[in-house]
Amino acid sequence: MAIQSTVNTSIKPAHSRRQSGIVRLLRNIVKYRVLLFMLLPPAIVFFINCYIPMFGVFIAFKNINYVDGIMGSPWTGLDNFRFLFATSDAWRVTINTVAYNISFIVSGLILSVAVAIAINEVRAKIASRFYQTVMIMPNFLSMVVVSYIVYAFLHPEYGFLVKYVLPLFGHTSVNAYMHPQAWPYILWLTKMWHSVGIGSVIYLAAITGISEELYEAAVMDGASKWQQIIRITIPLLTPVMVILTILNLGGIFRSDFGLFYHVTLDSGALRSTTDVIDTYVYRGLIQLNDLGMSSAANFYQSIVGFFLVIGANGLARKLNRDSALF
Amino acid sequence: MNKAGSMKPYQQVSRSAKLFLHLFFVAFSLACIMPIVLIVSISISDEKMLTLKGYKFWPDVIDLSAYRFLFTDSSTLLKAYGVTLTVTCIGTILAVLLIAMYAYPIFRKDFPFKKFFNIYLLITMLFSGGLVPFYLLYINYLDLRDSLIALILPGLSSAFYIFITRTFFQQTIPEEMIESGKLDGASEWRIFFQLVLPISLPVLATIGLFTTLMYWNDWFNSLLFINDTDKFSLQYVMIQMIRQAEFFKNQLAGSGVALLVRETVPTESLRMAMVVVSIGPILFVYPFFQKYFTKGLTIGAIKG
Repeated sequence: MAIQSTVNTSIKPAHSRRQSGIVRLLRNIVKYRVLLFMLLPPAIVFFINCYIPMFGVFIAFKNINYVDGIMGSPWTGLDNFRFLFATSDAWRVTINTVAYNISFIVSGLILSVAVAIAINEVRAKIASRFYQTVMIMPNFLSMVVVSYIVYAFLHPEYGFLVKYVLPLFGHTSVNAYMHPQAWPYILWLTKMWHSVGIGSVIYLAAITGISEELYEAAVMDGASKWQQIIRITIPLLTPVMVILTILNLGGIFRSDFGLFYHVTLDSGALRSTTDVIDTYVYRGLIQLNDLGMSSAANFYQSIVGFFLVIGANGLARKLNRDSALF
Repeated sequence: MNKAGSMKPYQQVSRSAKLFLHLFFVAFSLACIMPIVLIVSISISDEKMLTLKGYKFWPDVIDLSAYRFLFTDSSTLLKAYGVTLTVTCIGTILAVLLIAMYAYPIFRKDFPFKKFFNIYLLITMLFSGGLVPFYLLYINYLDLRDSLIALILPGLSSAFYIFITRTFFQQTIPEEMIESGKLDGASEWRIFFQLVLPISLPVLATIGLFTTLMYWNDWFNSLLFINDTDKFSLQYVMIQMIRQAEFFKNQLAGSGVALLVRETVPTESLRMAMVVVSIGPILFVYPFFQKYFTKGLTIGAIKG
């Protein structure tokens, strides 16, 4: 029997005496100029793509007009937010975003783990590899392609479901793109089709990491397959499940824009059940050109999202120090 | 110790369970594949049969005129292919290079600014300014409307991949190697390009693959920044086609024009042929690279 032990060696950084700071800094800059130069191009890209927009969230407190430019436009305090929350839109898109995300996170977790455990029991190597290959393939299709696939099933005249399946239940010529109440189910199914396979491959990687000896010992004690799954596999997967879920919860205010925008074909009739914060901001910005409203919704999403990530990480840290993001 | 491979008792499931597992996964696999079969089937169907019988998993009459139309009569497709290929190639090369250039210094233990640049990256993972300021920056200040740069630049900042690459460096590149390189008088650039990059080829290949896919499948930046039809990417052309079809149907329904449009251009099969052409390269190379995809996912799962 091999006894596995991991030794964590952490070397404490040597305490360096604080020399006159600036001289030291300059000396380091000169000494490491090549590495710094190497870092410069990617650091600039991050500055443009991430940092400038971060400061840009404050346009939500301005009344932007293109004559004065973004900097010159007058500050308006909370006016934009007052407009946003005066409509029923803000409430509706928030509820939609959070509800969809929770349903995706919970069912994605359950289905991915179940499929991962099941495929771990497929012992034929070639079959297992084949199933995995096919299962993760949907994830490599863009949401635009997925929207075509859904359309092929739901096309009001020719769609496969509309033409061949629904008539069996007595529904003829159904235009799904006009029925908002059906879309929570359609979007849920689409999302699961797109993501469960790849999710289960990630969990499978964690399962294969579990020591075989645990199972050997369990069999010696007469444990059945079910008992092994419930007493060994699931408990040992729990840390991974908790962490991935918490991190997903941190993103609960952001949604898969393509899913809600393309798959629904941006159909106005479906807005009541399919409009989420991202599509709302996009529409305000590009189609309606209503900068005040969209920048307010944008700010709301960014700020709440920030606190959610911080909170989620804090929770992860509390449960297991190593699994926190920072 | 007895190493009988798959004969270990704890690995066995009962015969009926085995059968059930295979049935389940065959069904699951079919659920993943059949929708794509449906798309392919529509794309090779005769237009008249489509309007008569609707979309089916197997065409009644095979007709390749949609593809003929796409490849002979359509400069839009060729242009879109050109745009997507250009953006994907340049974007992937730049992205991988920039990722390695950031990951290497912050991997070096002796680099005194390591902590600062780590935090600089981490912040971008935590806080996002969102769409509106990003859009205004690109359009109003960088003036990138209808520029291919607007399709490439947004994909170049992935903190996640940088952290993965750094972790890979930490696991595979020993400090002594860099030290000895320095003693031999190699410059930092030489160490980076001739020692570090060749060793880290596996991780760079995996990240490159994911980046390629990301650029190939990107439609969001086209949606935001591109109006010029010459610069439509494949994905964006598809968005236009599905919307326009709806538009035609709504506008011209009942009038004779709708019939006219349907007679001359195989719209139904054409759209699906477009989809097939756009996912073709992915589906073709995908089985060969599946190993790397799985590996990449696993790297990501270890420290996310």
